[in-house]
Amino acid sequence: MKSRAYRWVAWLLFLIAAVIAISCFSLLVGSSSIPFKNIVDVVLRREPCAEYSIIFDVRLPRILLAFAIGGSLSLAGVILQGMFRNPLVEPYTLGISGGAAIGVCLNIVFRLSNSLGVLSLPVCGFLGALSVVVLVYTLSVKRGILKIQGLLLTGVMISFISSSLIMLIMAVSRTEDLHGIVFWIMGSLEEPNNALILLSLGVSIIGLTVSYLFCIKLNALALGEEEAIHLGINVEKSKRFLFIIASLLTGFSVSVVGIIGFVGLVIPHCMRMLVGRDHRILLISSFLGGASFLIASDTLARTVIAPVELPVGVITGLVGGSVFVYVLTRRQILPKGK
Amino acid sequence: MLRICGLGCGYLDKQILRDIDLEVDAKEIVGIIGPNGSGKTTLLRAVSRLLKPKEGAIYLDGIDIWQMKYKELSRKIAVVSQGAPEESLTVEEFVLLGRIPHFDGLQFLETSRDFEVAQRCMVLTDVLKLKDRPIGQISGGEKQLALIARALAQEPTLLLLDEPTTYLDIAHQVGILDLIKRLNRKMGLTVLMVLHDLNLASEYCDRIALLSEGRVYTQGVPQEVLSYKVIEQVYKTVVVVEKNPVSSKPYVLLVSEEERERRKKK
Repeated sequence: MKSRAYRWVAWLLFLIAAVIAISCFSLLVGSSSIPFKNIVDVVLRREPCAEYSIIFDVRLPRILLAFAIGGSLSLAGVILQGMFRNPLVEPYTLGISGGAAIGVCLNIVFRLSNSLGVLSLPVCGFLGALSVVVLVYTLSVKRGILKIQGLLLTGVMISFISSSLIMLIMAVSRTEDLHGIVFWIMGSLEEPNNALILLSLGVSIIGLTVSYLFCIKLNALALGEEEAIHLGINVEKSKRFLFIIASLLTGFSVSVVGIIGFVGLVIPHCMRMLVGRDHRILLISSFLGGASFLIASDTLARTVIAPVELPVGVITGLVGGSVFVYVLTRRQILPKGK
Repeated sequence: MLRICGLGCGYLDKQILRDIDLEVDAKEIVGIIGPNGSGKTTLLRAVSRLLKPKEGAIYLDGIDIWQMKYKELSRKIAVVSQGAPEESLTVEEFVLLGRIPHFDGLQFLETSRDFEVAQRCMVLTDVLKLKDRPIGQISGGEKQLALIARALAQEPTLLLLDEPTTYLDIAHQVGILDLIKRLNRKMGLTVLMVLHDLNLASEYCDRIALLSEGRVYTQGVPQEVLSYKVIEQVYKTVVVVEKNPVSSKPYVLLVSEEERERRKKK
């Protein structure tokens, strides 16, 4: 079992190195590419020049935001998959993104950001996400017990209802608002507000820390709720906490960057194949893996047909989805998985 | 050690158990038998705190189990259920999960003592040679042994088993029950188990409780409980009870319809 500890440390170091390497690469490339030696120069001299402002005002904030959001979404995914014991659940299955989208759409249609400021957009998104979370949660609690399967079905239905509502809002809204809504739904990591980026970083790190306190409980829950009770886990309390952590992470992410799909589904799945099912390593590696994946996707999104920028959700969907299908089908051909 | 007093419980509006009074003394093996649907598994679920009693209470060492913390209870009672465990875990990882009740609040990694206990439990149950194999790839009998190893890793004083011999061939049935008897005799483990097979219950249990329609029909040593009158009344089946020539415990023989008719004609 010593070997297990070494394996975990090796994976951790590898993933941290991957995050750093991808971030560095992302700093270098873009519509104006900066050679590496110039970067060192610029950073050391700390003088305001064009390259300095590209790195510190444009690219670094995006990388930090991608790190926080990728980590949060992937973490929310791994928590939900662990507690539902279903590898196909992702943060958006619970209808949280739908709620956030309705909040943002209403904000745009009623022009609340004109009177309340730009920050009212994420605030509305978060309120929308929160109301869906509360709704899904109260509908699924029966006699003080959180019914996991009910939670899933209610979540999926609320997703459908909210997308219909969004279409309704879009159908009756003005053309100029339509652009804003579509743009938001596609998701983007361009965020001019630095305070919001720092807040996202804080939320993601706190989310990781708090959910890590539940890693042993998630391991026990993998055997089923009754077995977890036999192992001395307060299952009801754990489920509640985990659900709330995952919802807050998702709701917050969606309200800041819009809908970026697939991170919360694909990354936990791939990580499970790479590092194993033990949540003590799975939580951290999913977080780091999600962060790397979103930074890489965003880099691709802004460079592939530069200077025009693709929506990052398109990249995560295309890349993540095809890798997912490839890995899954290839696994079935091989005898017994390995 | 375990005292069940006037227990009544069930699911939602369906009452399954009524007026159950049962005591299990320390270092005893008690078997629960009864026809399908008589509430055997429900009784075990109540004792392992999955079901809240509607009436009565269950005391472990004098303390109501619902007054205990989850963790406290899981250090005293371990359950070997029928559920198939997570397939991709290795046997060792699975057995180590049994150490969770002994983790401190902020402990994330197993201590060397946890590894020792897991190792010892795997030796006791003879699954050490399988420790790196995934649970999904070992046989049914070996899986049952791994489940017992995990329960033992909790270091309980009371072991609950729900039909530990289902789906096993006779060699494995005897193997599992011999193991349980050994644990009971050598380590003083108290055992409460649901058994389907009346003859195995007769051979291995110190006392037997026979459930019928949610009540304890009768309880006592095998010789008292397993008489043909009692069994025919509860199971509504014709049986012949003989003595096992080796152990002189009661032995229940079944009679087919054809034979019954032939007897009647004579």
